Amino acid sequence: MDAITKKELSVIATKIRLAVIEGTFHAKSGHPGGSLSIADDLAYLYWKGMNIDPADPKWPGRDRLVLSKGHAAPALYGALALRGYFSTDLIPTLRKTDSILQGHPDMKHIPGVDMSSGSLGQGISCAVGMALAAKLDGADYRVYTILGDGEISEGQVWEASMFAAAKGLDNLVVIVDNNNLQIDGTVEEVNSPYPIPEKFAAFGFHVIEIDGNDLDQIEAACNEAKTVKGKPTAIVQKTVKGKGVSFMENQCSWHGAAPKQAEYDIAMAELTARLQELEG
Amino acid sequence: MADVIKIATRDAYGQALVELGNERQDIVVMDADLAAATKTGAFKKAHPDRFINTGIAEGNMMSIAAGLAAAGKLVFASSFAMFAAGRAFEQIRNSIGYPHLNVKIGATHAGVSVGEDGATHQCCEDIGIMRTIPGMVILNPADGPEARAAVRAAAEWDGPVYLRFGRLAVPVFNEENVEFVIGKGKELVPGTDVTVIATGLLVNEALIAARQLAEEGVSVRVINMATIKPIDKDIILKAAAETGAIVTAEEHNIIGGLGSAVAEVLCESGRPVPMLRVGVEDTFGRSGPALELLELYGLTAPHIAEKVKAVIAMK
Repeated sequence: MDAITKKELSVIATKIRLAVIEGTFHAKSGHPGGSLSIADDLAYLYWKGMNIDPADPKWPGRDRLVLSKGHAAPALYGALALRGYFSTDLIPTLRKTDSILQGHPDMKHIPGVDMSSGSLGQGISCAVGMALAAKLDGADYRVYTILGDGEISEGQVWEASMFAAAKGLDNLVVIVDNNNLQIDGTVEEVNSPYPIPEKFAAFGFHVIEIDGNDLDQIEAACNEAKTVKGKPTAIVQKTVKGKGVSFMENQCSWHGAAPKQAEYDIAMAELTARLQELEG
Repeated sequence: MADVIKIATRDAYGQALVELGNERQDIVVMDADLAAATKTGAFKKAHPDRFINTGIAEGNMMSIAAGLAAAGKLVFASSFAMFAAGRAFEQIRNSIGYPHLNVKIGATHAGVSVGEDGATHQCCEDIGIMRTIPGMVILNPADGPEARAAVRAAAEWDGPVYLRFGRLAVPVFNEENVEFVIGKGKELVPGTDVTVIATGLLVNEALIAARQLAEEGVSVRVINMATIKPIDKDIILKAAAETGAIVTAEEHNIIGGLGSAVAEVLCESGRPVPMLRVGVEDTFGRSGPALELLELYGLTAPHIAEKVKAVIAMK
């Protein structure tokens, strides 16, 4: 990695995780587990991978990200605030009645949110529509969308995938966040989506398997996707749900529960220690 | 009346899309494998590079339409009313309605006049479903020229619009260049005893009923309510005040559609007047020739006339 260093991206990812804990703690609700698992993706994409301008959030030529797993909004808001789309002072207002920070992404009121999302399965189709618009206009922007592994039970994901491949949308990158947990249990227990890479390959995607909590692997995969012509790319990433907070890691119970004071203190202490370690 | 011209509003839709495609480069038309029936096929022929077929996947189509609109396109997404408003309700609500994106939903084959395909394809619930989405505009033109004008008005409107079209060729009573103002009803016939507020193919039936009733000495005002939402409150309240009784007429379930919208306005006005509804009486349709079904479900001029007499008796 050049320009911005891997260490700097690690610092940003940790700050995004701090924002996730901060936001959900003050909201007394929200989805920390699946937010923490994608913090590294967001750090890479918003600071290095995507061609964006935080001073001009609606710039037509920008790369776009649709958070199809919209419940991971606390991580997206952390990234957008840290990137300068709005003040980090808003993070503790998450889910409050007078806040712009809705429980799920709201493109009408939150600067930098490219698509309202939260109803699972729809975001990928919206991303497909954006990628299609780029093709129709001869524009060179790219569209990223992040899906949960539980989310791919939605039939619409496969409708969108079939379409994206049929139309050769090579400007589309579908990231499947395979943290192996959904609300009701492990993804195998609930309705096994495995094998995931083979399914996307069968639908006509170029498929890359990575560790989604490894910044080098995220960057390599996104760069590889740019070289693929004529088909969309699916990055199937193994991640740790709750990544970075010891007691949240791999715990299904932290899918949709906010930390209480004692848990908040521990989580913030752990992430702050990690930040100090990184910043030396 | 032998030379009455009949046009299906879906045909007018297809032609209007072709015209818009000639005038605007930002228009994209989508369909879910029904282009021949919804008449978006005309656009496909004229502007193949801007026609997108998603295959039989209506929910996906609506969300893709949202993505296209978010990237600056003016999108018309088409299917049968059943699969647009019915199957794809939640995609329309969350992907299009909530972000208030510039997607126009061209829903054809509404109502029992679908005919032989039967109940699974005869959507009489769509107005009710769409009416509950905040910010959704609902247009239900009555004939070919009005359908064409409605499509053009929808294209100029900023935000989601649900356009309701029929399969059946229906008599043309509007001038070719009829004006369409979203949110405005139109008084077609003046009258003092009672008002029939109709929408879609029931407007022409209301005109026939008014002529027949005039011969019997009943003065019937006829209003064409081509915009169901936002509903024209002023024209309803004026009609209530001046004629003292109202009959609504629509090819839709009597629950949730035009009748409900008018009743809401009347009841909350503080000056309600007797009102009766003509519509599908909370039942599913069935197979049969369209004209026979319209008669069977009470959606013709004689049924309107009956309700007119009944409502006058309630005054």
